[in-house]
Amino acid sequence: MAKYVIIGNSTAAVNCVEAIRSLDKEGDILLLSDESHFTYGRPLISYLLYGKTDFEHMKYRPDDWYTANNAQLKAGVKAVKIDPKKKKVELSTGEKIPYEKLLVATGSRPFVPPMSGLERVKDQYSFMTLDDALKIEKDFKKEDDALIIGAGLIGLKCLEGILGRVKAVTVVDMANRILPSILDEEGSAVVQKYLEGKGVKFFLGDSAAEFTGEHAVTMKSGKKLTFDKLVLAVGVRPNVEFVQEAGGACNRGIVTDEGQRTTLPDVYAAGDCALSHDIAADTDRILALLPNAAFQGRTAGLNMAGGSAVFDKAVPMNAMGLFDLHMITAGVYEGECYEEKGDSKYKKLFFANDRLKGFILIGDVARAGIYTSLLRNQTPLSEVDFAMLEKSPALAAFPPAYRKEKLTQKV
Amino acid sequence: MKRIYVNEQWCLGCHLCEYECAFANSGMTDMAKALKGKEIHPNIRVEDGTDGIHFAVNCRHCSDPICVRSCIAGALSRTEDGMVQIDKSKCVGCFTCVLVCPYGAIMPDADGHAAQKCELCTRNLCGEPNCVKHCPNRAIVYEDRG
Amino acid sequence: MDMFIYPEYEVVRNPDLCIGCRVCERQCANEVHHYDFDLKKMVADSTKCVNCHRCVCLCPTHALKIVKSQDTYKTNANWENQTINEVYRQAATGGVLLSSMGNPKPFPIYWDKILLNASQVTNPPIDPLREPMETTVYLGRQKCEVVRDGSGKLKNTLAPQLKLNMPIMFSAMSYGSISYNAHEALARAATELGTYYNTGEGGLHKDFYQYGPNTIVQVASGRFGVFKDYLDTGAAIEIKMGQGAKPGIGGHLPGKKISADVSATRMIPQGVDAISPAPHHDIYSIEDLRQLIYSLKESTAYKKPVIVKVAAVHNVAAIASGIARSGADIIAIDGFRGGTGAAPTRIRDNVGIPIELALASVDSRLREEGIRDNVSIVVGGSIRSSADVVKAIALGADACYIATAAVLAMGCHLCRTCNVGKCNWGIATQVPELVKRLNPDVAAERLVNLVTAWNHEIQEIMGGMGINSIEALRGNRLMLRGVGLNETELKILGIRHAGESL
Repeated sequence: MAKYVIIGNSTAAVNCVEAIRSLDKEGDILLLSDESHFTYGRPLISYLLYGKTDFEHMKYRPDDWYTANNAQLKAGVKAVKIDPKKKKVELSTGEKIPYEKLLVATGSRPFVPPMSGLERVKDQYSFMTLDDALKIEKDFKKEDDALIIGAGLIGLKCLEGILGRVKAVTVVDMANRILPSILDEEGSAVVQKYLEGKGVKFFLGDSAAEFTGEHAVTMKSGKKLTFDKLVLAVGVRPNVEFVQEAGGACNRGIVTDEGQRTTLPDVYAAGDCALSHDIAADTDRILALLPNAAFQGRTAGLNMAGGSAVFDKAVPMNAMGLFDLHMITAGVYEGECYEEKGDSKYKKLFFANDRLKGFILIGDVARAGIYTSLLRNQTPLSEVDFAMLEKSPALAAFPPAYRKEKLTQKV
Repeated sequence: MKRIYVNEQWCLGCHLCEYECAFANSGMTDMAKALKGKEIHPNIRVEDGTDGIHFAVNCRHCSDPICVRSCIAGALSRTEDGMVQIDKSKCVGCFTCVLVCPYGAIMPDADGHAAQKCELCTRNLCGEPNCVKHCPNRAIVYEDRG
Repeated sequence: MDMFIYPEYEVVRNPDLCIGCRVCERQCANEVHHYDFDLKKMVADSTKCVNCHRCVCLCPTHALKIVKSQDTYKTNANWENQTINEVYRQAATGGVLLSSMGNPKPFPIYWDKILLNASQVTNPPIDPLREPMETTVYLGRQKCEVVRDGSGKLKNTLAPQLKLNMPIMFSAMSYGSISYNAHEALARAATELGTYYNTGEGGLHKDFYQYGPNTIVQVASGRFGVFKDYLDTGAAIEIKMGQGAKPGIGGHLPGKKISADVSATRMIPQGVDAISPAPHHDIYSIEDLRQLIYSLKESTAYKKPVIVKVAAVHNVAAIASGIARSGADIIAIDGFRGGTGAAPTRIRDNVGIPIELALASVDSRLREEGIRDNVSIVVGGSIRSSADVVKAIALGADACYIATAAVLAMGCHLCRTCNVGKCNWGIATQVPELVKRLNPDVAAERLVNLVTAWNHEIQEIMGGMGINSIEALRGNRLMLRGVGLNETELKILGIRHAGESL
């Protein structure tokens, strides 16, 4: 019997395994995955299409990782149910797998809102998994017109991946701007303009009213669009059902404490399925970003193996590039704002109550982590030379004692 | 493990370390040939603060490196003895590491397509960190401090 | 810059090697270099260059060199370029010319006209790696009287002594003339080596009291920083009567070098020139000197040797004879090539006599008068190598003082502009950004290396002569021969000419 069972085989799962192994070299670990691949960096699927990587290089860990960590992967199986009383996970095959400690790292799935006539569209794609990307890679042709519904992170990373593979790409979104989850309005406009310069067409503040044929859609505005390939990137839903059905607390995501424990005994949750406490906004929400999954997975793993770890520094944060335009953002965009705008620079720092609340950097992203650390550590701005930090991130703005601690000893 | 430590009391802000780093990682044997007329992209950067404060910053090789945890590609990893290394062939240049490094010690490389960081001159022919070797005032040292 | 004067040195940059890193620009306190954004290259203004070589040393591609300007006036053996320029300079300013470090003029260097002996056949050389070789030296009055207590036991009447692991000490350089970091380096090096450094006339910074057992504290005519704790802290007290670089005049530390720390250490106001009078106003005779010596001894319970330092001047032998009778334990003699942080050029270059001659005449005189054991003799100004040390000891010294060699070890390039206070090597300056250029860890290590190396060489040279202790070498002038010296010189030095046997 495996001591540790992990549902999932991605970021949270892998970091959980490594954390367990840092404390417990012996206890058997079993990973259950409905994907059949070696663990891979999920956000890399767009880079695969973009041509920046290939499957060999997408592997999230070295080839000998499972054996080196003495972890067994059961791939291509789907867990369907948890029995927290008997401490068993049931697979779709009916097989029941007992656990001592269970991690639910089930991630999320694409969410497709009801759209009239969508069933008429044969060539529709989602963009979540390696298999999705491989399908797109195989199917999308040079002469195709592609339509992406959704101008969020997934939609636009897909755009980057496919723009060079097809004749043209059109992006539509119900929202009136792109990347609303990571940019403010002005920032959205900057990036949109940049993408339009690459030949991308946007229809924003508009949505599909009806798919009128296999390759045609009529928009709410009345505009008619045609396409060869349709990508649905409207949103995602966390996979919380296992826990919910077993009686665990869920609320737009699996509820956990700071040690990633769900309300079910010996059941932990981490990654895109689990809620985080966003310290920048002081609210619980899903932070579907890879570092967060890693931190949560690690915290869960340490606790599953008898340690006592807490993860209490969750903030929304994002680094992404679109055709060499890089942007790094974090936190919430509230409070006073320091801004710098130039030809190749867009920078906004938001602060309130002596704390940095959030920031947006487009173009020049150098040393952004210094800002992120202010956010994550909730550093009082009165303790640093914020006037200096406004100009550029620098450790010189911190007190000498901080530098002494960080630069003259092991950290 | 030996790491690079800086002592701002003795840093003169001469920026030689930046050039020595760039040279060390240029793969060339002649400094003038390697750096003349070029913009340099060193892994170590000197900050020039107010009141004559200067200090160099490069990778701290953290014991719990947030960049390694955050890397979306598994391109960053920690060697057995604790050095944080980057596999550039895996790096896709998303710069999540830049987003999280609290020291600003990992950065886009010259062409901006991948991240670069200090690997203690283990990947070049210097043998020991070239910034340390050429610091004129021992403001950068290579020591085992735990 | 004076329009009459062409720069003496020129900065030459090899454009093929310059990578535009601007290290020269950042490191030059004289602002010689700058990057020209229009020309897109580094340029230099040679008129500001003092030839300190900071840029040359730090240039990573060795693209820089400083060369002596070839510009010249009409050749004239009497009116040399420098002589003419000095006239121009004074005509422009009306001021006394100031210089630093030692006399650079081509006077004879007697060390280089003296050769050492070695053992052959009749007496074997000694291999210092295999056999003991004693370089320890005790400084102080050696003469003892036999005194017994009531029970007939011998009483120790030996005067207080300084124990040196090698016959080399760091001579006086004040905090003020040199930087805090330079002082710290000297103090730490002296401690590690088992020898002494000297505060000079600037008092002792409170941070350096910890090095007291290896510190000689100086009492000079300005009495800067002198108080009870200061005297108690030092291992010995030196009364500075004169200095080789500027005999007959006092020190002058410009107000801009009197920082808050220097002012606290010297116990004088900040920013105001610190002027040491030419004489000690309480000393006009050997008797007066004796009073000061005993005042100092009295206030330190007769536990510390007292050194009297004089410049090598014409009557040095007679003066030394007086000092030896005044109660002093050690006489320090400073030759006319001794360094300084600032001195009037004419004084530096024209006053005093060579240390070799001064030493020989003092040692001879004290021996003749039977008072050589009253005192130890320490000589400085200028001792440039271990060979100079060995020759000095054979001429009669107990130990040597080094300072120019010490600052060279710390990075000084003898640009001789200490008086300006913008030392690019962080030694002769109080400007914080410049002071920090001298990391005492590095400087102390280099000082220790230098003296350790010299001590090895001293052992080797002594071994070659078949001598196994400094004691046996001291005053052993038979180990010396002169070359190219006239009768008078040989007579003063008390040595034979090379080729003359016993």
